[in-house]
Amino acid sequence: MTVAKPPQSERIPPWRDERFLRMGTQIVSSVLMLFLIYWAISNFIAITQQRGMPLTYRFLKEPAGFPISESYIPYDPTMSFGRAFRVGLTNTLVVSITGIFFATWLGFFVGLARLSSNWLVSRIALAFIEFHRNIPLLVLLFIWYFGVFVKLPPVKESITLPGPLYLSQRGLYLTWPRLTETGPLFIAFLTAGIAISVIAFKVLRERRIKTGQNTYYLPVSLALLIIIPVIGWIAAKGKPFWVDVPVLQGFNYQGGLRLSPEFAALTVGLTTYTAAFIAEVFRAGILAVQKGQVEAARALGLPPAQVLSLVVIPQALRVVIPPLISQYLNLTKNSSLALTIGYQELFAIGKVTINQAGRAVPVFLMVMATYLAISLITSGILNIYNRRVQFIER
Amino acid sequence: MNTTSDSVTPPAPPRMLEWIQKNLFNGWLNSALTLIALVFLYFVVVSSARWAFFTADWRPVTTAPLLFLVGQYPREQLWRPGLSMLLSTFMIGISWGIWPRYLKAFSIFLVVLLAGMAIVPLETPTITLGIRAAFLAASLLIYAGYLLGRSKFVNARLAVMLWTVIAVLISLVLLPGIPKSSALPSVPTTAWGGLLITLLLAIGGILLSFPIGVLLALGRRSSLPVVKVFSILFIEVIRGVPLVTILFMFSVILALFLPAESRIDRILRALMGMVVFSAAYTAENVRGGLQAIPPGQVEAAKALGLNGFQTTTLIVLPQALRLVIPAIVGQFISLFKDTTLVVIVGINDLLGVGNSVLKLSPEFFRLQMEVYLFIAAIFWVFSYFMSYASLQLEKSLGVGER
Repeated sequence: MTVAKPPQSERIPPWRDERFLRMGTQIVSSVLMLFLIYWAISNFIAITQQRGMPLTYRFLKEPAGFPISESYIPYDPTMSFGRAFRVGLTNTLVVSITGIFFATWLGFFVGLARLSSNWLVSRIALAFIEFHRNIPLLVLLFIWYFGVFVKLPPVKESITLPGPLYLSQRGLYLTWPRLTETGPLFIAFLTAGIAISVIAFKVLRERRIKTGQNTYYLPVSLALLIIIPVIGWIAAKGKPFWVDVPVLQGFNYQGGLRLSPEFAALTVGLTTYTAAFIAEVFRAGILAVQKGQVEAARALGLPPAQVLSLVVIPQALRVVIPPLISQYLNLTKNSSLALTIGYQELFAIGKVTINQAGRAVPVFLMVMATYLAISLITSGILNIYNRRVQFIER
Repeated sequence: MNTTSDSVTPPAPPRMLEWIQKNLFNGWLNSALTLIALVFLYFVVVSSARWAFFTADWRPVTTAPLLFLVGQYPREQLWRPGLSMLLSTFMIGISWGIWPRYLKAFSIFLVVLLAGMAIVPLETPTITLGIRAAFLAASLLIYAGYLLGRSKFVNARLAVMLWTVIAVLISLVLLPGIPKSSALPSVPTTAWGGLLITLLLAIGGILLSFPIGVLLALGRRSSLPVVKVFSILFIEVIRGVPLVTILFMFSVILALFLPAESRIDRILRALMGMVVFSAAYTAENVRGGLQAIPPGQVEAAKALGLNGFQTTTLIVLPQALRLVIPAIVGQFISLFKDTTLVVIVGINDLLGVGNSVLKLSPEFFRLQMEVYLFIAAIFWVFSYFMSYASLQLEKSLGVGER
């Protein structure tokens, strides 16, 4: 019996050779992409030459010539476009960080309220979440800005809240602590105190874990945390701060911290909107910790505080952190909607710059690259943190 | 002898007082919380009801309902958006009959909504009897389509073909019209507006971004380095920048990279921006589903002799997509909400109409709260029922259960 031998020298035809097909697909797609890019760029060069706007960044040094209503670094219209751009960036960062701070806390409490055994509290939290999750952020911002903050009474009849905090058309005026001459000294002591106590806590706890002898790491670090700032307080002659209270003088308030209506509306809108999403994140995180974990921890005799800090929170964080990162990034990106209500952040300033300098593409590339950099840096930092809280499996 | 039979009584039904005590007043902390919540609720409900019924001035909403529906679309051509609505509701009905699990909840919601629109008590001359009849007909057509879809005359393939034909017909012929024709005079897109644009952008964005997103997700997991790198770059860049910048790129910057004489309609440009943005997010959702498919499935498919294309379309994708339905519906809802951003590039969508209604009359100047709350309510109703329908769908498909 003879077995039909497969023909030895038969070569696979190229249209069925997988290696060939793979290479072919890649070459064709690369050529198509490159051709598309070449075509777009040649069009662009033709248009720019026709209109006379070269693709350089030299205009960044020219005076900007437009005013910016609020800025956290010194700015006036005689300064350069580059400076204006940096003002926009700081404005974006300030509103994002403020929003992230408040949204995290509000979201945390709404998430807890949603899990409350109290039916009424849980329903109110649900109503808050469902209201914000199902309407567009832009509409919410319009409601807060045009519906609330623009409609506030004039300065003379401003609403006074405890603090004192004054609400009027001109914005929010809050009482704000400010540093005196000796203030920086106290701040230095305070930072040093926090740093030293954290280091002491880590080093002493490490020794406790390694050697087993009681190093009293908690009382020692707490004592350091209190004593060093107190020394600083005495060194600052007991007056590191003074309280800046807004006072009505003439047609406006003097002193205090002023928040513009635009900033206030944007912060409130971004905060409540994102908090609704963050509440769901926290709720999912807390629900993800199995009941058995808590029961087991109690059975081991851990006190309630340790059940929370050693068992529940580490496991909940593991579920919470990744979606929380994306909510923070969403908030930062959503702050670009500020241009519709007149808060001049990165995108709004970019748009004005395009109108003023007439160079759409370079400005636009800068704006996109900046947002991309903010996103990548934030997610990078938080991913490192995330890797530390994740349990190592298998 | 059976003595216990008469002493056993069925458990008493839970009484209201007991329920209240158990859920609201167990312990002093909870009682305090309940009292605070009640006071809070009382003030919120009373003050908002007082505002809505006495203080608020709803004239900007009630005087111009047609503006909110179709914008400046010529009033003598209203039958065209009307016919579009009837055609699409009929198709929704047919699809409900064919895929009841996916569309039941949403279709019933539409039936009720459209019937409600037909009888809404508004005494304005602009809402003619014909318009009301159209809404009522649309509502009935969904049900008629459902009956047809359940019968043997139509199957899924025919429905998909019909959908494609009707979508092309509506968006390219019926609404824009044909230049220099008397029956269908062309209506420039600058005249379109309101809910018409919002729905066109949302539905167009969903239908176009979904296949692109699936392709990108497959590309990201491809073993071909060029395809993979391109997909990753595309997805990460788009996800790293705000939607506003992408819309702006398509509406302003894109023209600089095209031949000088070419012109793309501005609504189309906005749609392209929405599609590109949504596709990147859909891709990440789909990738999550793809990663959840155990490799044994692919190996088994290969062992059966399926080629790569068949493995992907017949084995991997159906399972992966089923897993990510909730995430994708969530993405669709956010795309629907994000259509409001086209206001920034000057398109007159629902929110844009809201802005222009405020300028209709000096009396409306300070009525922003009313107008924006009205728009928020429209978005809320649609989004809420989309997420409700997705929840029902999850239950019926048993996603997350074994």
